[in-house]
Amino acid sequence: MKIVIMGCGRVGARLAALLDGDGHSVTLLDTDAYSFRRLPPDFKGTALVGNGLDQEALKRAGIEEADAFVAVTQGDNRNVMATQIAKRIFKVPKVVCRIYDPLRQELYSNLGLETLSPTTIFAQMLRERLEG
Amino acid sequence: MYIIVVGGGRLGYYLSKALLHEGHEVVIVEKNASFCQIINDELGGVCVHGDGCETVTLAEVGTSRADMLIAVTGDDEDNLVACQVAKHKFEVPRTIARIRNPQNEIVFKELGIDVTVSSTSVILEHIQEEVPTHPLTHLLSIRDQGLEVVEIRIPAESSAVGKRIKELPLPMGTRLALVIHQTQKPKVPSADTTIRAEDRVIAITSSELEEELRNTLRGTWTATSPETEG
Repeated sequence: MKIVIMGCGRVGARLAALLDGDGHSVTLLDTDAYSFRRLPPDFKGTALVGNGLDQEALKRAGIEEADAFVAVTQGDNRNVMATQIAKRIFKVPKVVCRIYDPLRQELYSNLGLETLSPTTIFAQMLRERLEG
Repeated sequence: MYIIVVGGGRLGYYLSKALLHEGHEVVIVEKNASFCQIINDELGGVCVHGDGCETVTLAEVGTSRADMLIAVTGDDEDNLVACQVAKHKFEVPRTIARIRNPQNEIVFKELGIDVTVSSTSVILEHIQEEVPTHPLTHLLSIRDQGLEVVEIRIPAESSAVGKRIKELPLPMGTRLALVIHQTQKPKVPSADTTIRAEDRVIAITSSELEEELRNTLRGTWTATSPETEG
């Protein structure tokens, strides 16, 4: 699969390394080149400096041929906007978006976006640890 | 009307001031507490401290009864989300977003935002108007019809100078709406109006015919063959 990941923070870099290890073709997009230090030395994918809200940058990252797009920057709204551009403008078949705010996550999930809220998931996991 | 303004920067402040002056009920939602304080000191308690993209904040300011939400923060993505939350969660009938990247106009339209105002494009157009050598200025887009209202300056060397409008090989589907002569009052041109050097012509055209219209009014051509060269 050809996968574009927006945001090379801890999660983005880790995900990129895992997918790369599975043999997928991975392109990372981040506004700060310094964040690419998080990638393992044997990473075979592409790392590009660019803003995932900019259609030109997305095209350079190969969004037009991508099978999947993931937005994991620190900004919920940035993730939401980039994911919608990938889905609605570039018709990427599979898009996933991280949204920290549970209420916003619920709203966009109702609007048909595939979303994950680490806040909700982690709180539930902690509860299970504590109660179980 | 009850209007919610998201973003209390300069644009949000002056916009709200104008809307209040027109007698509307206005609430500003601003993230920065000190901006809120300043606005409340100057305009009276109209500013609520909070994130205008959050459902909780928008519920607090009574967004479900708002007639309109205008998002004017400096970030396109925040304006998009504020408008989408307002529209889908609170069913606000009209949402307006400010955008900085002119490209986003199409994106926002596709994503259901009613109106976008591109501050970059607006400023650019005004600057173009002030540049005297600029051959053609876009004054207004009538988007749903694909029409443009443009202003064209007639240079002295143009073949159109000294000709009456009926003698011009104007492309079909374009119309000259106004001729502004330097020393006379602007007038709605008739077929017999003569074009003079340094006139400004306001015309209505489709985007595709813009180039041809510009060549007719600014280029050199001979009356028998309207094919022109820049």
